[in-house]
Amino acid sequence: MEDTKTLSTANLTIGYPPDKVLFTDMNLHLPQGKLVCFMGPNGIGKSTLIRTLAGIQQPLSGTIEGLGSKNIAVVLTDKINAGAMTVEDLLTFGRYPYLNWTITLSESDREKVKEAISNVQIEYLLGRPVHELSDGQVQMVMIARALAQDTPVMLLDEPTAHLDLNNRVEIMNLLRRLAKENNKTILVSTHELDLALQTADLIWLASNQSIKIGIPEDLVLDGTFDQVFQFKGFDLKTGKIEHKPFRDKTIQITGEGPTYLWTRNALARNGYKIQESSENTLLVKDGKPGWTLVTPHQSRDCKTLEEVLNLLEA
Amino acid sequence: MSLKLLFLLGLLCILFLINISTGSVYIPLSDLAKSLFTPDNAPEMFSSILWKLRLPKALTGLTTGAALAIAGLLMQTLFRNPLAGPDVLGLSSGASLAVAFVLLLGTSGSDYLPGFSAWSLAIAASVGSGLIFLLILGAAKKIKDNTSLLIVGLMVAAASGSLVSVLQYLSTAQDLQAFVMWTLGSIGGTNWNEVLVITIILVVGIIISISLTKTLNTWLLGDNYAISLGINLKKARITMVLVSSILVGGVTAFCGPIAFVGLAVPHLVRLLVPTTNHKILLPMVMIGGASLMLLCDILTQLPGSSKILPLNAITSIIGAPVVIWVVLKSRGIRM
Repeated sequence: MEDTKTLSTANLTIGYPPDKVLFTDMNLHLPQGKLVCFMGPNGIGKSTLIRTLAGIQQPLSGTIEGLGSKNIAVVLTDKINAGAMTVEDLLTFGRYPYLNWTITLSESDREKVKEAISNVQIEYLLGRPVHELSDGQVQMVMIARALAQDTPVMLLDEPTAHLDLNNRVEIMNLLRRLAKENNKTILVSTHELDLALQTADLIWLASNQSIKIGIPEDLVLDGTFDQVFQFKGFDLKTGKIEHKPFRDKTIQITGEGPTYLWTRNALARNGYKIQESSENTLLVKDGKPGWTLVTPHQSRDCKTLEEVLNLLEA
Repeated sequence: MSLKLLFLLGLLCILFLINISTGSVYIPLSDLAKSLFTPDNAPEMFSSILWKLRLPKALTGLTTGAALAIAGLLMQTLFRNPLAGPDVLGLSSGASLAVAFVLLLGTSGSDYLPGFSAWSLAIAASVGSGLIFLLILGAAKKIKDNTSLLIVGLMVAAASGSLVSVLQYLSTAQDLQAFVMWTLGSIGGTNWNEVLVITIILVVGIIISISLTKTLNTWLLGDNYAISLGINLKKARITMVLVSSILVGGVTAFCGPIAFVGLAVPHLVRLLVPTTNHKILLPMVMIGGASLMLLCDILTQLPGSSKILPLNAITSIIGAPVVIWVVLKSRGIRM
């Protein structure tokens, strides 16, 4: 942290020789202490860019400022396949750039590893062999390992892939905290659109051999996201899947709060057209959820949304 | 950890003593000590056997065992493949091929085999494994991934193996027997000069391997992480190939192609100390390899008989079940 170096590129073109070019002529800069989410369709070259920025892969042309194992730590998608290796062993690797060939940890090295452990809160995993951990646990350990490397910049390639929602949120929150509290400069590639929009300071959006950069909200509102991802049936501005009504029944919903939102969701998903006024009215009680369905013929109380749907269908 | 190291060291000492006291002539412990430390007071026959035969043989076993085991560990780590061994790079096959040329294509090599000292076979074996080494090194410079290098090594081994069988097919029965004897492997018949050469090779190998400790550990994380931690992949790969080639080439030159020790020892050691840290693995594997080689050599001597079984038969009979057992026990060997 003493070092305030970050990472920037000049006229960087990346890809694979002889003629596979992924991104051309990029002048990128990672702003210090910010969480940058790197998004883009599959196969566009996100992993390649991360590997190139980390100095693992050679660029086709151009330069990168700030390379080196004391400036950049990475979390990659590569599987760690080293059986008996324990979590401690793995974390120790974070200190390797600072050790000589005898790989003897100093007191301050141990301190850095400890800090990383408590930052990521993986005390309960210590002593376990890496191959016994779940995907989410491995990901947390790899992040701790990168933290132990104590570099100003961290590059993470899809750290939330294959994880459940809880783990995904936990990891993104952790990264956000590291950027804010530890002043880390973090670039993370992810497919988690909703999570990225809610946690990123800045979005890098990959399209057409170039990268569009902006804060999440701007890129949503100016349509850049729609343009890049060409959403099919997903309305980014409401954050919802688009539902086309497929029933001729219309319905009017009155109420508020989460119960109202989920009621609306259930009806839209089941093909009802929701209108401002209709002969059918559904009264929603928030708090302890309850519904009253009023139709021209009857008025009935329901305890679950399933009951409401069954009534409507009848 | 240090307790297990002491255990292995103790085991090595005991095996060494058993190794030099047993054979067609049994030397009791008291005479052993006398012959070792005050040869003038010991029975003439005992000290002669000990200093001319047993000690050079035991020391050869000690050093070659350690060398092969280190080479095995290096190869398993380099290829991140638990079934890699010192012979996967085709070095022993290269040595076999060169020796086959000398023994099988000579006007009749076996005619002057006695004068055809171990040195000429050693030189042939070194040249053979050296040439294969240059080939593999060239491949290692060109090829980016370890699996391809492994495949190249295996193919080189297969090709030289087939050339050897052609030579065998064309040779006389006498020559063939001399060649087969060589392929059976033996740590006997070495003199002090040869022991010195093997020891120097081993020491060089050990020094370079120890200097590689950090690289070897990092290697287990995969190429990308290794680079991200500042390891120069190409340089490291070539150094690893270089060291194991020197070790295997040296051993094969003097003792013939010895099977299984290099493959089995790292697994046996991991069984004793489940770790991936080469700082611990390297010394353990070294002592373990020396111990296993001495044990195998003890077992070649049929009790109460002057007959000696081929060394490779013993190493394979011990090595193969060990590897099978390890596979079954750990449900897929892990490194």
